[in-house]
Amino acid sequence: MPSLPIPTVPKIGLLKGLGVTLKTMLSPATTQRYPHVKPDLPPRTRGVIALMEENCTVCMLCARECPDWCIYIDSHKEVVAPKDGGRARTRNLLDRFAIDFALCMYCGICVEVCPFDALFWSPEFEYSTYSLRELTHEKEQLRVWMDTVPAPPELDVGAEDPKEIADGLVAALKAAEQAAAAAAPAASVSAAPTSGAALGSAGEAGPAPAGVIQDDIHVEAQVDQKVFDELVAGGASERVARAKAKAAYVRAEKARIRGERAGASPPAGGDPDGREGGA
Amino acid sequence: MESLLNVDGFMFAAVVTLVLKLAFVVVFFFTVPLGVGYMEHKGLAHMQDRLGPMEAGPHGTLQLVADGIKFLQKEDIVPAAADPWVYKLAPAVAMLPAMFILVTIPFGPGLFSENLDAGIFFALAVSSISVIGVLMGAWSSANKFSLMGGLRAAAQLIAYELPLVLGAAAVVLQAGSLSLVDIVETQADFELFGVIPMWYFVPHIVGLALFYIASLAELNRPPFDMPIADSELIFGHMTEYTGLRYAFFMLTEYAGMVVLSALAVILFLGGWYPWPGFDFAIVPFGVAGAAVVGFAATIGKILVLTFVMIWLRATFPRLREDQLQRMSWLVMIPLALLNIVVVAIAKVVA
Repeated sequence: MPSLPIPTVPKIGLLKGLGVTLKTMLSPATTQRYPHVKPDLPPRTRGVIALMEENCTVCMLCARECPDWCIYIDSHKEVVAPKDGGRARTRNLLDRFAIDFALCMYCGICVEVCPFDALFWSPEFEYSTYSLRELTHEKEQLRVWMDTVPAPPELDVGAEDPKEIADGLVAALKAAEQAAAAAAPAASVSAAPTSGAALGSAGEAGPAPAGVIQDDIHVEAQVDQKVFDELVAGGASERVARAKAKAAYVRAEKARIRGERAGASPPAGGDPDGREGGA
Repeated sequence: MESLLNVDGFMFAAVVTLVLKLAFVVVFFFTVPLGVGYMEHKGLAHMQDRLGPMEAGPHGTLQLVADGIKFLQKEDIVPAAADPWVYKLAPAVAMLPAMFILVTIPFGPGLFSENLDAGIFFALAVSSISVIGVLMGAWSSANKFSLMGGLRAAAQLIAYELPLVLGAAAVVLQAGSLSLVDIVETQADFELFGVIPMWYFVPHIVGLALFYIASLAELNRPPFDMPIADSELIFGHMTEYTGLRYAFFMLTEYAGMVVLSALAVILFLGGWYPWPGFDFAIVPFGVAGAAVVGFAATIGKILVLTFVMIWLRATFPRLREDQLQRMSWLVMIPLALLNIVVVAIAKVVA
């Protein structure tokens, strides 16, 4: 007959266990009363995917990268008539964009892979339905989700501008510099102090490319009829002549304004806005 | 002591008395266990860092009512291979004994249906009938999980019946009466070392511990819930039951908690006396006031004991079957016998 082991004596651990449960009972429960109290989710929660239809070029990258093939895209090609000569262009028009959230595994690859920023994460998550079919969200619904996408996070203080903005800024400045230099070499001296004011209004974070003169004068482009007529008479095409005539008008107008400013007051007292050109 | 529910002096007084007593037992049986069930829902939840039921009624107070309505609507399934008569009868056989015990339990001075001379004997004898209902359900379900659960329940109830009865017997020995009302009254007169008024739980601390642990096992409450161990046996003898019959089994468990806690209160914790040495002469409004105070004190103590049952459930994991048996036969029963010997010697010497 096997000998029975001697029963172990209960130890203090039993009472410690009772202490743990009692302490837990007396402390507030961690339960969130969900339908009554909304959960405190991080702002970038991956709740649902939203579509910015205007940005979509129907490149199909998202649909092809999707690991479980839950994105449906239909489109057709549209011929865009040329405006001034040249050949006709085609572009894709989106007919259908749908995401089946019954299949989606919320990996976010489609959002990552989209080169045109057409797909976004939205923190909305309350779209459960009574049928699987309703979980396929068409582009109208995906547009509704777009309104719930939080704004991109603020840049850190002192950070560089986003690349698109910085590039655009540099290009605009270069064009303005060339225009100013071509139109009125003398006036470029007075442009330096106004560039300081322009920098200030653009924000101290924006790094100014060295040697680039900033242009704060805005001129509404118009066709300079005299230049246009001359160019057409010289054998240029109408399209080229119109562009050159506009540029000539803007150059002349800007030179005129700078001359006025330099003559009317010392450079430091110049109107920092410089918006009179638009009037 | 006469029951307050006894009326006479007019025609059909005996019938009115009978109806009053039955109503008292039935109303108590169908309300207080629900309160304990609610306490288990909430207490267990908060011990597990949850809130428990919150939707049905304020803070989920009507959850068990909603559950009852749900059980009513469910299909009453009888397995094809089951023994239909035994199967259908089993929940009632398990439930009714808990109701019968309530007949003898005093909830206040005069607040009882019957003052039986063999009160504690009747209560413990009737409580043993429940196991027959469990066995009936287990055998007739034609389900191996039910059967194994039923066999475990039978083995467990046999093993723990002894410490339960022996723990109570020591109190009977000291009080010199089997009547529950008499036990409460003699307990009120008991004085520690002849000076400090005290209840029986001080000299009978071992008896109380044995009685309480044994009653947990009798009720298949965790940590002694091997008969319905869900990870091994699905739900033991209740596996095949649905709807109202299942609800009766559950009601049996909660009513059993109340009844055995009430017995522990009467035997060891002074019954309806709010504190040791309390004099009911100071309570205003005579007999009615005394009954109200006594009832409140009894219910309060019962709720404390049932809370401890819930507390133990939340804290301790389930014992293994062999650990359970060993604990009873090798520890509790010898201890209970020793307790009786000591009490008997003390009774003779003192």
